[in-house]
Amino acid sequence: MLTILIAILLPFVGAALIPLLYRRLRRVTHLGWFVLSVPLLLFILLIRYIPQVAKGKTFIHTYEWIPSFNINFTTYLDGLSMIFGLLITGVGSLVILYSIFYLSTKESLHHFYCYLLLFMGAMLGVVFSDNLMVLYTFWELTSVSSFLLIAFWHHRKASRAGAKKAMMITVFGGLSMLAGFLMLYVASNTFSIRDIVANVAVIRDHALFTPALILILLGAFTKSAQFPFHIWLPDAMEAPTPVSAYLHSATMVKAGIYLVARFSPVFGGEAIWFWLVSIIGLVTLFWGSFNAVRQTDLKALLAYSTVSQLGLIMSLFGLGSVGHYYGYAESSIIYTQASFAALFHLVNHSTFKGALFMMVGIVDHEVGTRDIRRLGGLMAIMPVTFTIAVIGSFSMAGLPPFNGFLSKEMFFAAVLAIRDVEAFSIADMGLLFPLIAWVASVFTFVYSMILISRTFLGKLQPEKLDKKLHEAPFGMLISPLILCLFVVGIFFFPNVLGHYILEPAMASIYPTFPTAGELAPHIHAWHGILSPELWMTIAVILIGTILFKTLKKWKPLYRIFSQKYTFNTYYNRLLEMSESGSTKLTRKYMTGNLTHYFIYIYVFFVALIAGYFIWSDAMTFNFDKDSAIESYELILVFVMIFASIWMVFVKGRVTAMLLNGVLGYSVAFFFVIFRAPDLALTQLVVESVTTALFLLCFKYLPDLMPEVPRRSVRWSKALISILVGATVTIVGLAVVHYDRFESVATYFNDSYELAGGSNIVNTILGDFRAFDTMLEVVVLLIAGLGVYTLIKLKPRKEEADHEN
Amino acid sequence: MKINDVILRTVTKAVVFIILTLGIYLFFAGHHAPGGGFIGGLVLASGIVLLYLAYDIETVHKGMPFDFKKVAALGVLLATGTAVGSLFFDVPFLTQTYTYINVPIFGKMGFSTVTIFEAGVALTVVGVVVTIILSISEDE
Repeated sequence: MLTILIAILLPFVGAALIPLLYRRLRRVTHLGWFVLSVPLLLFILLIRYIPQVAKGKTFIHTYEWIPSFNINFTTYLDGLSMIFGLLITGVGSLVILYSIFYLSTKESLHHFYCYLLLFMGAMLGVVFSDNLMVLYTFWELTSVSSFLLIAFWHHRKASRAGAKKAMMITVFGGLSMLAGFLMLYVASNTFSIRDIVANVAVIRDHALFTPALILILLGAFTKSAQFPFHIWLPDAMEAPTPVSAYLHSATMVKAGIYLVARFSPVFGGEAIWFWLVSIIGLVTLFWGSFNAVRQTDLKALLAYSTVSQLGLIMSLFGLGSVGHYYGYAESSIIYTQASFAALFHLVNHSTFKGALFMMVGIVDHEVGTRDIRRLGGLMAIMPVTFTIAVIGSFSMAGLPPFNGFLSKEMFFAAVLAIRDVEAFSIADMGLLFPLIAWVASVFTFVYSMILISRTFLGKLQPEKLDKKLHEAPFGMLISPLILCLFVVGIFFFPNVLGHYILEPAMASIYPTFPTAGELAPHIHAWHGILSPELWMTIAVILIGTILFKTLKKWKPLYRIFSQKYTFNTYYNRLLEMSESGSTKLTRKYMTGNLTHYFIYIYVFFVALIAGYFIWSDAMTFNFDKDSAIESYELILVFVMIFASIWMVFVKGRVTAMLLNGVLGYSVAFFFVIFRAPDLALTQLVVESVTTALFLLCFKYLPDLMPEVPRRSVRWSKALISILVGATVTIVGLAVVHYDRFESVATYFNDSYELAGGSNIVNTILGDFRAFDTMLEVVVLLIAGLGVYTLIKLKPRKEEADHEN
Repeated sequence: MKINDVILRTVTKAVVFIILTLGIYLFFAGHHAPGGGFIGGLVLASGIVLLYLAYDIETVHKGMPFDFKKVAALGVLLATGTAVGSLFFDVPFLTQTYTYINVPIFGKMGFSTVTIFEAGVALTVVGVVVTIILSISEDE
């Protein structure tokens, strides 16, 4: 089952190849054509697995990564990851195809596609990983790569601010999710999601179960822009439109949805899970749609609509978790249909929102503005774009014959069905669910209509536009048209999707339920004239139309919600406070004085090491077995003492450095005496190289200034240095007989059998503790590059003022 | 100011080869005897630094036209690459292996993937040390 590993790795390999290809391809063709092959290939790869996955088969493969910590690179393909995999690669292909026409070759395309492929790989990693730690790694990688994507036009201040906001909020959620994962690990002793799902009965009684639930939900809510964390999503629209289309329709924000769906078998059935997921979802649904109506920027309108639609999907998963509470029974099938509707709407949302974002991108690209106060009457000039907008918006508003209608009907059915649940004391709130859902749908209808009419209907205002108007080039229209085909196609053949894609995913969400088609209801477009859902939809259209017609009269209502007290204000204030607070705090100890830093380091060193040795009562000395001290050792010791004391009193830098060299070489001598040629050699070479370095540096430094510190300062410094020396000496003496840990000496004796080398030092470096060495090498490189950039890339005065 | 460094240059010409050879020897000896990637790399770097001290940067650069930043990056790539590479053989991350092969002329020789890892370490050390010293010395 190498395919899934390839699926995760291929985008990363592609991203690594881009710098090489960019130079060759730059003049020949658009880089996007090459990049397009990556998701297209993966999409085809995945499609080939659909028949087998539809039969209930799952594919799993484990690569041992850090088995000693239970962390393995386990790839897992089941129905749920299949949906997301198809969305990521499918919409990804269309987005890249679209971007080829959207972004000119003058942009720094190699950066753009590199970030995009990184992001795609990270998303695939999230949905295909079975191991929680691996999932977390990819999760944070999506935060980082989306940060880079949102800040693509980094010369604009708004882009940087938006990227920072997205990163702050999603990483905050990611970290709390990590804590939740670790709690789950403590409770279940495994990082594998499948094993956790299988042992859920045991884990449920653990004390850490509920905290883990809340922390993991926090991760999902921040990523999926749920209320009140939704504030990052509208700002993320600062990204280039292809990116917005991708982030908002198929990827980033869907990661949180994925997490909720994936953990439904674990946490579903808990009252707190039900309430948090469904209520937060409904609030987000309402708040997003309510705020979308007031937006004047097309992209902002769509961003708020994404927030609201994500709330809808989230709340459906919350309602569906009731099915877990009841377990498998004839009566609980009706509740599982909420989860089915969630998955269905997930797919539908990806199709119509992707198309709508691309449509807005086209308008922006061809007309030069996204402000609906300046737009209008574009229908005659851009008929194809208008068609795309109508199909996308009608689907979003939940009108037939588009796929949004079907999932919206199922959503209404789910909120109506939930009134009959007797668990979790839902009955008291019964009417609240359908009411919020219905009101939010009315607003959804209103903003969908605004989207169409303000852009395409009404009077054209060419005097407010800077560009000459014409229809978009064909290439730009292909991708949204394909998505529109899906929007309509899914409406007429919903059960193809239901059977092959959604049904296996339902089996992943309800693993304890027998699956044979029971979990996946047959989707009807027509429920009969008496079904309450239909009447709810009709009412949405009626009231929505009235509200839309009288928009001017009631829009001032929004002024009640003062801009002073929005979540954005609180976010900004929090940011300002933490910035000024940390600056103040940092100024207190980062004085820029090297002596102070050394004092901190040494005081902490003494407190920790000496403190630990005293606290753990490890100060045992035993000189019986020590060998006798030879005379030449004594001589060396006296040389070192002499050199170190002299060093304190010298005036010149070079003298001090040479004395330091004497110390270093003497230590090397000791290594020779005690038969450690490796260490002696290292010490000698390091000493020589650092001496050369010092010589180079000292050329530029002024002479030592005669420093006359106060008496008290001098004494405290002396005290600290004596304490450090004493600590090191005592630790050195005591450690010989320290027996708190098991000796590692056996490893050294068996180094040849275990690692194939008889040089112990080297087997430690290259085998036993190779992870240290590997990271050490990376640190070394970073340090080297740090020195290089600090010295070489100092900005000149005029460049420093470049930031806007 | 022109420094008279005839002695340094003459000595350097002879000594650098000895140092570089020692460095390479140390690198290969590392598996069973004192040596290894880190020390080997350091010795090589010290040889190169000696060259830079004796001659000027342009002259040395003509003889060794490497970008030492890239050398360091290549080293890191090798070290992490061997670590990741083990995954493709279905063994844990960072697993190393070794074997003995009979080579003509040299006889029985040990081959080990640790050598590649160590080569990465050595290249990083050389690259970073020379980069740091060069950039400090070139600073105006």
